[in-house]
Amino acid sequence: MTATVTPYRSTATPGRDGFAGLVRAEWTKFRTVRGWVVGMLVAIAVTVLVGLLGPLGSHLVCSGPNGETCGSNRPPAGPDGTAVHDSFYFVQRPLTGAGSITVRVSTLTGAEPWAKAGLLVKDGLDAGARYAAVMVTGGHGVRMQYDFTADTAGPATSSEFQWLRLTRAGDTLTGYASMDGTRWSTVGVVDLDGLPSTVRAGLFVTSPAHVETTRTFGGASGSGGPTVATATFDRVETDGGWRDSWTGTAVDTEDTGFAESDGRFTVRGSGDIAPIVPGQGEIGKNLEDSLVGVFAGLIAVLVVATMFVTGEYRRGLIRTTLAAAPGRGRLLAAKALVIGSVAFVTGVVAAALSVPLVGMAQRAKGFFVYPVSTWTELRVIVGAGLLFAVTAVLALAVGTVLRRGAGTVTLVVVAVVLPYLMAVASVLPTGPADWLLRLTPAAGFAVQQSMPEYAQVAASYTTADGYFPVSPLGGLVIAGVYTAVALTLAAVTLRRRDA
Amino acid sequence: MRLALHAEWTKARTVAGTAWLLVAVVALTVGLSALTSSAGGADPAKVGLTGVVLGQAIVAILAVSAMSGEYGTGMIAVTLAAVPRRWVALCAKGCVIAGLSLAAGVVAVLGAVLAARALLPDGLSLAGPVLRAALGSVLYLGLVALLSLGVATIVRDAASAIGVVLGLLYLFPIVAALVSDPDWYRRLQQIAPMTAGLSVQATVDVANQPLAPWAGLGVLGAWAAGALLVGGVVLRSRGA
Repeated sequence: MTATVTPYRSTATPGRDGFAGLVRAEWTKFRTVRGWVVGMLVAIAVTVLVGLLGPLGSHLVCSGPNGETCGSNRPPAGPDGTAVHDSFYFVQRPLTGAGSITVRVSTLTGAEPWAKAGLLVKDGLDAGARYAAVMVTGGHGVRMQYDFTADTAGPATSSEFQWLRLTRAGDTLTGYASMDGTRWSTVGVVDLDGLPSTVRAGLFVTSPAHVETTRTFGGASGSGGPTVATATFDRVETDGGWRDSWTGTAVDTEDTGFAESDGRFTVRGSGDIAPIVPGQGEIGKNLEDSLVGVFAGLIAVLVVATMFVTGEYRRGLIRTTLAAAPGRGRLLAAKALVIGSVAFVTGVVAAALSVPLVGMAQRAKGFFVYPVSTWTELRVIVGAGLLFAVTAVLALAVGTVLRRGAGTVTLVVVAVVLPYLMAVASVLPTGPADWLLRLTPAAGFAVQQSMPEYAQVAASYTTADGYFPVSPLGGLVIAGVYTAVALTLAAVTLRRRDA
Repeated sequence: MRLALHAEWTKARTVAGTAWLLVAVVALTVGLSALTSSAGGADPAKVGLTGVVLGQAIVAILAVSAMSGEYGTGMIAVTLAAVPRRWVALCAKGCVIAGLSLAAGVVAVLGAVLAARALLPDGLSLAGPVLRAALGSVLYLGLVALLSLGVATIVRDAASAIGVVLGLLYLFPIVAALVSDPDWYRRLQQIAPMTAGLSVQATVDVANQPLAPWAGLGVLGAWAAGALLVGGVVLRSRGA
């Protein structure tokens, strides 16, 4: 008969492994593997360096038809700092205090849908000065616009509204439209705070450049050129503190003029009164251009995030890890938290370095950089961090399922980077390219968009110019959904499978 | 050399996954090509062979795994003990991997061309330039395999190696598309392994491409040769 031996049992009371302890363990793993830390530093470095590649390799040719210098490439800034086009033909008189002007736009010729003819009140004749205008357009009916970015549609997009009226009382400007000159409907009411007592007011005509974009392999190429619109105004009636006689002023434009006979004004104008949209025919650089390197940095981050889990399988460390932390879902959560946070910080640092450094390089090369608000800049920088975090956790989840480094990195890079590549530099027509950026994790790059689309500006709005088919937040959410699904899948497989 | 080739062939044949990867090369290349063909575009050959952009990623996995897999499992020590001349070992591996990639490439490109013929609105006639584009695409896949093998020999770790390869392939065109300067755009297109190599697919407006078709494939060849050369030197100079 053999004596039974009681196996050793620790007298310590079994305690549940705390989540904080798990996170600490994973963080210790991360920071003590030199290659991973170096990988994150590499991600920051390549983000900045690839970003610098653009401006350092580019040069600006400043040769216009009149031998213009680079200085004249600097567009005027609107009241809120937005870069704007402000060129039009203006038949104007000074207006002091309250007053109103009524006119009938009997004809407007010019094929452009956004050719504009109407009434304008402007704080002086400098490009970029504040204004409010009510106008008829080539194809978008009556509009009331002010300070470049604001646009209100009239009562109906009908060409029957030929009568326009603009009144000023204090800081308030009101635009009216009418079909017959007797029954008036209000188009818009605008408060321009701090408008001086004497302003310039009168008739204006302008017509934006024609833009036609064709997509070919390697990007979009466009054709187009300036256009001229001609409008005939009659039945001009003024009321209030108007002075002097009608004077024609070409504001930053050529090939224009006006003639008056029997109270009929024929005005030719060219240009646009609108915010500048980056793209075909514009020479500026926007915030997205300084973040080209994000793609390079992202690949480095994805490699590290993948190795953070596949490395454990390769070395067999996963068995130790799971022995120490049997709660597999909690382990995955701890890993995701650590790699996500590290990737977030990496992305924020990389973007926060890229934006000012690449911006400086662009300015040093003579490029105009579109101004954006500090809030937008912050949103884009934090967005880069979130993009890094979301895709790093995606790589971690895929790596947990596949357990193979090469396959995981390829899958995630192909899912995140290839759709963007196919959208900006491939044979795909715009429709399918836009769907790629809506349906794949590449939608996350939309978080970089720094400039809004304007309904009142016809432009190509291509992805290469920084315009995405989804909103910044929406894009991040789409990428996040992929990550959440992958993470769930990873939790299930990790639970089911032996280490 | 013959024995080294035989050894590499046996390894490639018996490793689980090789067959699946080859199938994936074909399936993804044909699948994406079919999708883009139904979407249409300017250059029929380029549209019909777009799947190569995706297929090359799987070819890269195949080539990287062949080398990095050995480092991951320690097999490399056995390989180099059996074939002590390291250039020979590398060449044998290169031959087998490139051969497998070319074989998969032939099937994939054939499938893509057939899909394009059926799906492109104007069809795809197998005339001279299109034939060149198809043949060039097969060679392109082979060269991507060699480039990946070279990078994997230098980097050793699978995840890092594939990251470097995909970075080299995919980053240049994105950067090129986002720089506004036309000279710089052209220069980037000319030195980038993917855009230069894929200029072999151009059949429309060939004269205005940044590179002539075969010269473009030559650029990719130079990248592959450079990677293999550095890989060979590194392999010789360090321990297994």
